[in-house]
Parts: sequence; structure tokens; C-alpha cells
Amino acid sequence: MLVAGIKSRPVYGGLNVDTHAKRHLFALEGEGALALMDQVKAVGPDFLEHSDILYVAAASAAHEHDKALAKLGADTLWVAPTIPVLLNRLNVMLGQAHMGTHIYLSGTEGFIGQAQQVAMNHGVDPASLHKEHRGSTARRVQCVHCKGITDNVTTSPYTCSACGLPLLVRDHYSRRLGAFQGVNIDAEEPGTAPKPQELFP
Amino acid sequence: MNIKFKTESFRNDYTFKNSAEAIRRFPFPFNEDKYMYSVNMEPHVPAGPPGHAYNKPIDVDEHYVAEMHDRAMVLKEDPLRYQALPHMMAAQWDTLELLMEAQAAGYPEHFTLERNGGQWRWINRPMGIDQTFTFGDASTLPMEPLEFITRQAQGDFVIVDQRDGQLWCDAGMVTTQADWSLDFDIGMNFHEWHGPVPLAHEIGVFDRALKFLLNLQQGKPVRRLNWTMTINPRLDTSPENYHKWGPDRATVTPENVGNKVHLRCELQSLWRLPRSNAILFVIRCYLIKMEELVTVPKWARRFHRVLRDLPPELVDYKGLTRYRPATVGWLSRFDDGQPTSPGIYPE
Amino acid sequence: MTINTEMKVRVAKVTQVADKVKRFRFERVDGEPMPVFSGGAHVIVSMRDGKALRRNPYSLMSSPEDTKGYEISVLRVENSRGGSAFLHETLKEGDELVLSQPVNLFPFDQRAKKHIMMAGGIGITPFLAMMDQMEREGKNFELHYAVRTRTHGAYWKDLQQRYGAHRVKVYCDAENLFIPVEKILANQPLGTHLYVCGPAGMINGVLGKARDMGWPKQNLHSEEFLAPPPGKAFQVKLAKSSRAIDVAPHQSILEALEANGVDAPYLCRGGACGQCETGVVSCDGALEHNDHFLEPDDKASGRKIMICVSRIKGNEVTLDL
Repeated sequence: MLVAGIKSRPVYGGLNVDTHAKRHLFALEGEGALALMDQVKAVGPDFLEHSDILYVAAASAAHEHDKALAKLGADTLWVAPTIPVLLNRLNVMLGQAHMGTHIYLSGTEGFIGQAQQVAMNHGVDPASLHKEHRGSTARRVQCVHCKGITDNVTTSPYTCSACGLPLLVRDHYSRRLGAFQGVNIDAEEPGTAPKPQELFP
Repeated sequence: MNIKFKTESFRNDYTFKNSAEAIRRFPFPFNEDKYMYSVNMEPHVPAGPPGHAYNKPIDVDEHYVAEMHDRAMVLKEDPLRYQALPHMMAAQWDTLELLMEAQAAGYPEHFTLERNGGQWRWINRPMGIDQTFTFGDASTLPMEPLEFITRQAQGDFVIVDQRDGQLWCDAGMVTTQADWSLDFDIGMNFHEWHGPVPLAHEIGVFDRALKFLLNLQQGKPVRRLNWTMTINPRLDTSPENYHKWGPDRATVTPENVGNKVHLRCELQSLWRLPRSNAILFVIRCYLIKMEELVTVPKWARRFHRVLRDLPPELVDYKGLTRYRPATVGWLSRFDDGQPTSPGIYPE
Repeated sequence: MTINTEMKVRVAKVTQVADKVKRFRFERVDGEPMPVFSGGAHVIVSMRDGKALRRNPYSLMSSPEDTKGYEISVLRVENSRGGSAFLHETLKEGDELVLSQPVNLFPFDQRAKKHIMMAGGIGITPFLAMMDQMEREGKNFELHYAVRTRTHGAYWKDLQQRYGAHRVKVYCDAENLFIPVEKILANQPLGTHLYVCGPAGMINGVLGKARDMGWPKQNLHSEEFLAPPPGKAFQVKLAKSSRAIDVAPHQSILEALEANGVDAPYLCRGGACGQCETGVVSCDGALEHNDHFLEPDDKASGRKIMICVSRIKGNEVTLDL
């Protein structure tokens, strides 16, 4: 199957802090912390007193970005142990948020996709979210056959963590699932799958 | 006109066949001897010789009962083939009304719709359904309105919501698809949803189609034909089951082309819905075996030429690579090089 | 082949509902049902006024589920180009007109957690149909309605009666009451959408405040039908058919084409939908873009024009028609 030229890869426009916002809510993962720091450098620190920051270090724990975030002096900062725990808190906070609150997501694509889904459930149009990709380009991929999700996929093909089929990672992304699509690569002649190539380090 | 509904299968023993009349009414998708993408939309008005698939706005044919049976089996295995995002309820009712009215008006001997204010009664004789319900009250139907009616209408159905100058694929019943997943694509916009289609983006087909559809008017549905090929008469060529039907592609030999290789045509019609301002996208699939196709000499000549000269990207995207040579070879026996007449109908 | 879906209708009833506002009810001459529509939709009303054929867009205000007839409300405007004057002074019960199918360029967002509508004067009309539909569908909504005086404002009493004063708030200029936009927008739940219909100044003012308060543009909606502004006469040349057609000072290009038997596509006739976008081959003066549709780049390029509301300052323009 040919994958060149496929169009639906998400475009991340950058965090671009909106100074009209009444309140800023940041959900950041791993290297996504640096996207916020870059915003402070770009537009100054004034917005921080109206900002809530949720952070999860994930694969970046060694870089201690949480310490750097704490130094920013935002109105609130909360460091979550895991991504699901962060998403739970984001969900509750959005349920209490008002129009005029801007939502900023940064980190790996898999994280952005999941956080975006939480926001969409609160009636937020994904186009009104501020998003910036940072960190690993590893993908979160859904097996189209068994629907199992595999996180941190760096190769194509890869082996589905749920059903074991060798899957080609298509550049076809579902914002609802926050995942790329994996399709069995050797369906027509089982056993002929090529060797995995490291494509998304 | 009483349709004689056939008992046949689209899986396992594959007993699907077209009658001689069904062959003549097939919506052959090529109006010339070559093929490339285009925004080939035309008003969806009754057209074609008597009996043709274009005669009625919602077409019901001899495969109706068997196709609905196949859909029920697909849904039993995989309920995710039917999905609707929560904001699409008004569009669901719009679709139910459209399909019930069109089927009852087109085939009164098989379907009846009685409307008494908000109290409706729907009778589907071929399927033995007699349902009374309150229009607008989903609790008076055994399932959501879109699922209820699309279990009783041939073709796949997608409802696109219109917002911010884009169309969003936000609901659908998809069990007879040419290799795309509703579960994956639901929520995507028009460009994203068609993302994997090669070449067409570059020549602006989707930009033009989107612009056209955004201004689609109530009362003025449009249609277009699309096509691919399928090995064995399998309706459910979903990506979900690709590992099950994909191996079939390697089973084509010069001897079995006539019975195994099928041209798969999609008659797509698009309707602006009244209450929701959404657009209903009907993707009706018709299958025809090569040995059935060549009984119409014009189609045999033309399809041979189209398939022989198809751009390589399309051969790849449509998944024809493995069996195209055998099929072109087989079809060449029916192409004497004579010119073909314009248009899609048999001579 | 095209389908003609226009509907021949008879004026079933004319009602004076407020100072300078009349309501017209139309029913089909052939007795067929009207199509159901979505709240916010408009129709184009074609009126034969002596020699002139007028086609104006009006928002539908009747219940979208009422298939026996459509209703519009029309404000009699000073300096009318003729449409509102004709409807108010000439048209009477029993007269016949032609309506287009409904077209919705102002739909509400079905995903919204809450809908807030702000109307100024006759801008109330699309909201009447919208609220009827929202009520039926169980949506969470409120209306803020600005009127000049209580007698100028149409329907406010009926609306308060039907939906309750907690959901329908009226602000009267004459009583020095104005829509407290900032207060209303300050504490709305996430997922709220705002809809504005009224004079251009009001729309711009409200939307500007909303943006200043951090509301994203995806949650802001407005509708304003532009009447084609008058200007100086000029000539249109049609490149494909080699014809020359004069456009009078009070005529739009589209109207001039139609008066000369040239059919051009249109849906809104108010510079919003994009359907009448036409290529400009050449122009000896400046294009005067009056539409809401073309992007600034397109306007600056000088190669496109929306012929329903835009014209030229000059003598002659050649269109790709």
C-alpha cells in the first residue's frame, strides 16, 4: 500500500498565548514544558498570574522541567504522576471553566490527541485550542482490526500490542481517537511483512 | 412493479448474482474510455432507460433483502459500524424522514408511511416490519432513528455537519464500504476524511467539491459515480476485516476472472437536510461480475480500455495491483477495438 | 438539466405587528406542503413590482415545522431600494409571489452546551424560528433583545410569555436600557455559542467585545443581509457571450444581468454565501467590494467579485461570464 502524499496529519500551530484570554489553562507533557517557557520569553510573564498549569513529566522526568515550571510563579501549577491522572483533572477543571478561558496543549502527539478529546467533550472546538508538538515523534496508533491502541510506536510496520498483527502505520490521524491508523501490512500474502523501519524516533 | 427479492449471500459461499434485468440497470461508472478523478456531480433527477438505477431517488432492487441481512450480520459482529455523535440527532430524524418518504413513494407495494401529525406508522413488507412511533421522540423506536432506518435501506450512509465553511463526518452507517473505517474517520472534516485518496487533492478536486457542497440546496440533490473492484461479491470490504478479505486478491487466475472479479460501483447521492442543515451522503454500492459485465458489449470494450490505461497511483490506491493483469487479459478478448458510444447506458 | 424548486405562493395574511413592521404569511398556490427548514434560514422573495422584478432575502420567522406556510417580518426602511416599500404599501392579501427554497447561512451550532442570542430591532426574525426549534430539541438558550421603544419592538411580549422572562430579556433604548454585553459574556460555561443579528454597528460592537474577552471565533456567529449599496452607473461586458449590459445606479450587477435575461447563480443576494462569485477579466476603474465572503487577498487581487452586492467605481468591467 502506498502511503506517500497522504494529507490528514495534524498541523500544530504553536501555543501563541492570546493576551485577550481571561484565563489560560496549560496541559503539558514532557518536553511540552519548554513550549510554555518559550512563550514566556516571547510575550513576557504577565499572563502567568492568570494561568493554571497541569504538567506530567512522562518520558522527560530526567530533565526536571517541573522545577523550571515551578519557578515561573504561575497562579497554579500541579504536577501529575501519569497522563491519565492529568487528563482526569483537566476534565474536572474544564467542567468548571468559563468562556474566555484559553486552552493550551503541548507534548507528544499522543498526549495532545488525548487532551484534545477531553476538551471536545466539553463542547470546545478543536480549532480554538492552542497546540504545539514537542518531544518524541513516536505515535499513538490504533489497530483498525482489533481497535487496540499501542502507544509510543516508533517503527512501521509494528506489531499490534493487542492482536499481534504486523501493522503499517498510515499517515491518517483521527482527532477523536487521538491516534494514527494501523493496517495489517501482509493481509494479501500473510508472512510477507517487511522488516520494521524506525520512522518516528 | 413488484420486485422479486433474491435469497443470496455476500460472504462464505458467495451466491450473489445479477439477473439479466439487474445487469441492464447497473450504473456503469465510465462515460468515456478513460478515467480520472473529477467533480463529476450532476442533479440527482430521475434519468436513464426504464428500470435503470437512476429512475428513483432512493433505489431499491432485487438484492434489498439479502443486503439488509448482510448488514445485520456485520453489525452483530461489529456494532461500531454504526455511530452518530451526540449533536447529530436532528440530522438523524431528517434522514429517517427522507428515506421513509422516498422508499414509500418509490415502492408503494413494498413500503408504506402513514403520517398523522407527529404519530407515524412505517410498514416495511419485505422485512416484515410494522412500527408506530412519535417523530422526534427517540424513545419510541427500538434504536436511534438513523440506525433504525439504515438497517432498512441499501447503501452506506454518512451525515456531514456543516460548520465554519467545512463539512464534518459526524454520523454514519457503513457496512458496504470500499476500505474506509467510520469508527476511525468519524469527526473528520471533508479534507481529512478523504486524506488517503491520491492525486485528487493535487488537482483541486476536494477543494472544488467542498465549495460546491457547502452551497448544496434543499430540494436539489446531486449525484456522482465512483468505483473500485472487489474479489468475490463481498459487500463488507472494510479495513477492519482487511486481513480476512485481503488474501482473496491473491486468488485470481486467468480462468476464474469472470466469476471472481467484480466491478464495484458507488452511486453517491447528496442531500441537504431540512432541520439540521446537514448533508446526507448516500453511498450505494452495486456489484457486477466480469462475466455479467461483458454481456453488454459497450461496457466490455470500455472497461477493458479504462483498466488497461489506469494511472499507476490509482491502481495502487484501489488495490488492483495483483489481479489487474489477469483481468485486463481476460477482458481483452471482448474488445474488438470498435469505437464506443458516449454516455454510461448500454447501447 | 436543472431542477426548478421555486415555490409559487399567495399572501395569506398581512399583520401590522409594531411600528413600521409588518408580518407576511405565505401559502403555496398548489396546496403542497412547504419544506421544513432549520432555524436561521432565509428565503429569496421574488416580487413583480410593475416592470421591475425584485428579489430580496428575508429570514424565516415562523416555526420550522409549520409546513402550511412561511412567515417573514419586514421593517419599512426609509430610502428603501423598493423591496420594503413594495411589501408594505403595495402587496396585499391574495397577491402572488415566488419564494426560493430555504437556505441557511446562520445555523446554530448543534454541539453548543448553551446558546446566547442577541438581536437588535428587526434582527429578531431568524431567532424566532431558531428558538422554536431549540425549544423542541430541548436546547439551553437565552435571548437578549434590544429595541428602540416598546412599540417599535416586535414580538417581545409573545416571546416572554412563551419562553419566560428569565430566558427572554428586553432592553429598550428609550428607557436607557442597553444589552449589558460584557456582563452577559463574563461567566458563560465553556462550549457556549453567541449569535448576533441586527445593524452592522451592533454586530461589530458585540463581536468585538466577545473577542476582547477571549471568545474564540468558532463560537461567534452573526448574520447581516447587505442591501446592494447604490453607486454610479457603469457597464458590464460579458467575455464569453460578448454582451454589454448597463448597470443603473440603484441596481446590482446581478439584477442588471437578470433584467437582461442572463441567469447567474445566487443563494443569499446579500454578499454572504459565495455562490455568485464571478471572475473579473478587466476593469477600467476600482472594484467596490461590499460582501462578507471574499478574503482580503481575493478582494485585493481584483480578479473576483460578488455580483449580488459589489460594483465598480469606473465605466466598464469585463466579467468571465
